[in-house]
Amino acid sequence: MNRTAFDAIVIGGGHNGLVNAAYLARAGLKVLVLERRRLVGGAAVTEEVFPGFKYCVCSYVVSLLRPEIIRDLDLPACGLEILPLESTFTPLPSGDYLVRWADHDLTRRELYRHSPRDADAYDEFGHLMHQLAFAVKPVLGMMPPDLTSFAPSDLAGLLRLGRYVRGLGADRFHALVKLMTMSAAEYLEEWFETEALRATMSASGIIGTFLGPRSPGTAYVLLHHYMGEIDGVFRAWGFARGGTGAVSNAIATAAERRGVTIRTGAPVARVLTRGGRARGVVLESGEEIAAKVVVSALDPKRTFLELVDPASLPGELIEDIRRFRIRGSSGKVNLALSELPSFTCLPGIGPHLRGAMSISPSVEYLERAYDDAKYGAFSRRPYMDIVIPSLIDPGMAPPGKHVMSIFVQYAPYQLNGGWTDARREAFGDTVIDTLSQYAPNLRGAILHRQVLTPADMEREMGLTEGNIFHGELSLHQLFSLRPAAPWAQYRTPIAGYYQCGSGTHPGGGISGAPGRLGALRILKDLGR
Amino acid sequence: MLRTTPFHSRTAPLCQAQNWRRWAGYVVASSYELIHDHEYWAIRSAAALLDVSPLYKYLVRGRDAARLLDRIVTRDLRRCAVGQVMYTSWCDEAGKVLDDGTVTRLEEDLFRLTAAEPNLRWLHENSLGLDVGIQDVSDATAALAVQGPAARDVLRSALDADLDGLRFFRATRAQVRDMPLTITRTGYTGDLGYELWVDARHAERMWDHLMEEGRRYGLTPAGILALDLARIEAGLILIDVDYVPARKALIQARTSSPFELGLGWTVRLDKDSFVGHRALRAEHARPAAWQLRGLEIEWDALERLYAEAGLPVELPATAWRTSVPVYAGDEQVGYATSGCWSPLLKQYLALAHVQAPHAAPGTSLAMEVTVEHRRRRAPARVRELPFFNPERKRA
Repeated sequence: MNRTAFDAIVIGGGHNGLVNAAYLARAGLKVLVLERRRLVGGAAVTEEVFPGFKYCVCSYVVSLLRPEIIRDLDLPACGLEILPLESTFTPLPSGDYLVRWADHDLTRRELYRHSPRDADAYDEFGHLMHQLAFAVKPVLGMMPPDLTSFAPSDLAGLLRLGRYVRGLGADRFHALVKLMTMSAAEYLEEWFETEALRATMSASGIIGTFLGPRSPGTAYVLLHHYMGEIDGVFRAWGFARGGTGAVSNAIATAAERRGVTIRTGAPVARVLTRGGRARGVVLESGEEIAAKVVVSALDPKRTFLELVDPASLPGELIEDIRRFRIRGSSGKVNLALSELPSFTCLPGIGPHLRGAMSISPSVEYLERAYDDAKYGAFSRRPYMDIVIPSLIDPGMAPPGKHVMSIFVQYAPYQLNGGWTDARREAFGDTVIDTLSQYAPNLRGAILHRQVLTPADMEREMGLTEGNIFHGELSLHQLFSLRPAAPWAQYRTPIAGYYQCGSGTHPGGGISGAPGRLGALRILKDLGR
Repeated sequence: MLRTTPFHSRTAPLCQAQNWRRWAGYVVASSYELIHDHEYWAIRSAAALLDVSPLYKYLVRGRDAARLLDRIVTRDLRRCAVGQVMYTSWCDEAGKVLDDGTVTRLEEDLFRLTAAEPNLRWLHENSLGLDVGIQDVSDATAALAVQGPAARDVLRSALDADLDGLRFFRATRAQVRDMPLTITRTGYTGDLGYELWVDARHAERMWDHLMEEGRRYGLTPAGILALDLARIEAGLILIDVDYVPARKALIQARTSSPFELGLGWTVRLDKDSFVGHRALRAEHARPAAWQLRGLEIEWDALERLYAEAGLPVELPATAWRTSVPVYAGDEQVGYATSGCWSPLLKQYLALAHVQAPHAAPGTSLAMEVTVEHRRRRAPARVRELPFFNPERKRA
């Protein structure tokens, strides 16, 4: 047994694991982070897969990173720089386009071109979502109460929750109920008549889920994305200088400055337990490391079914975790480009290339993309969310060259016949074919292409079924039910064994909130 | 690029100051000359020509046009005769002001609504089941204000219309060469003045014609800085500056009823139901918690505050648009939202929201002023609005 005494071991050096470790160390604990891969970051990594070109391999934008984490860990001093991602550009097959700019007047004018009434409605919608996000946001930073418990802390939590809801007022409360129950497309259809606007906005309701824009429950994911804030501005998306890996590196730096030891290339085989208590971990190499506290930043399937012996856990919990929906639905294509894409509808280089580009011409387009996936195929015409990181941070590619990050949905984990190298390439071809219809010069500009399927994300990043959120953000998997009641407060039935991944409240995205809240729970339990 | 108004080809070469600002998605001149004084004095002593095209403008026509507008605005449009203009506010169901503007009855079944905010969706939402057509003519209609004591002379010289018969807040049609236009005796300066509504295609020629004919009366293009001084003197509130429209208010406390904005006179509770009617009726039964008032900062006291710092009084060169605390003793009882030194009245004036118990004209309050980096309180007297109300405005 390794005698180096650690107070806590965090399994998984993704952003949540690193945040967790940094907070524990901040309180004076001696913490070890164990990462399977040779670099930290998990799904938030920047890698130079093709020489000179830096890919945001999986996650590619930042918005949900909690401001309190940025402050508490002083991340700007650790190298975090978030650059603005200003617009959303939707090219349309008709040869037209829709852009939502950072500037209110320009956006209004553009929307007015499509529908004068939508131009008015857009402001009102934004105002409502802003209010709702402001009202609901505290829940993101809150320990989810056990809804059935009468313990004082749980009751206090319920009371706070009740206060937030009551503070909304009747109109906003009704809107919230609609958001919690409706589909993104239906909710948006109540507001807007421009098809491309409905579709592009509803797309943020399906990201990371195995649901279509017409599936109930997707409206909530809209709000989840509205809760992103940068410098106090809601709905602000940003791009980290150096890519999303730079976010992970900044958090890792913050952790190391507080005394955290980070070991990469150190895959954990399982958690050591004795007498119902966690005692440490054993690595795949056979090395054993002891600690009083063990934290899993992995997804709930791995946390409960792989790292520990399921037989040692309550049967109900095991059943809940087996049922926990974690169906991967998305893929990623990263390109090294010799020149920028030129869109037929808005040719040449312009500010529209500096923001997000969305292939979401209509709700039907998205729903059909989902139809393919429902029956085990990847979408023949997929939804895509594209950014060109090198236009925002020139350091991402050699001078004059570019990288393109393409988030692609749907790519089901359970592909008919399973994922093979040939199917991966066919998927990549579909993405390039689809995009080339809008930007014909793209194909000729590609210097290198990296394609990731959900199976690749599972194998490379350790995301079960390739689900980017460690489990879908559907209502029955949120808050006090994430990942399963009554184990939504970062504890597990094994004393000293905790969870802090995106499979816990408040869920996925580079928020760091699960990592932080997990750490606060541990520190409280330790009486710190 | 932001939009430019239909007059841009004329205003741009005149804008020596290159001082532009945004207004409802357009760029307009803040001032043409390097200093706006001359433009302000044109409003008060000669005539000024202002490009007010960025106003939102809607044409509402059809059998139920009057019913639709009457359902929305707080004024009683059944009493609005053809050729009459009514200034009005309009509210949400809670009786909180959404916007303010004018309604012109151009024909029995044709109205023009001007607004500071987009209202197309609101008009549509309220038109369900009504026989009306709603047309957004914001871009298609160019608008010019001719304001000042010589405004009538300028127009008399420039066009053929019955200007002597055109009373305050009335409208008439006119023709200049092949260009038809509507003239309303309205404005945002509190002075004698008119607004001209013309098809955007004729905008440049109309500008040229007015400038040509108006030159001998001293007609001067004026920007927003000059207008801002004039409208404060006239006690005219500005949306987003003096009040937050209910649609944009993040909290209830930011909303205002017409009674709280000095617009109680526009609320006709005796007319049939309109949006916000019930809430306004309830509010009318009890005194409004807030009042919009004028404040005159007392000169002698201000001079003493500056003297203590060894300085002469430093007055704001342009109107300010920030929220400034207003006190009664040590208690904050309100806030001023715009203010300026009135070059005409020689008074330091502000528009302020004051809690009702402290709002009686003549009440002594104090407004925060910053003198040489320090916050001080300058005594200020509550005044009725408007500060400036010349007879020529209505004569």
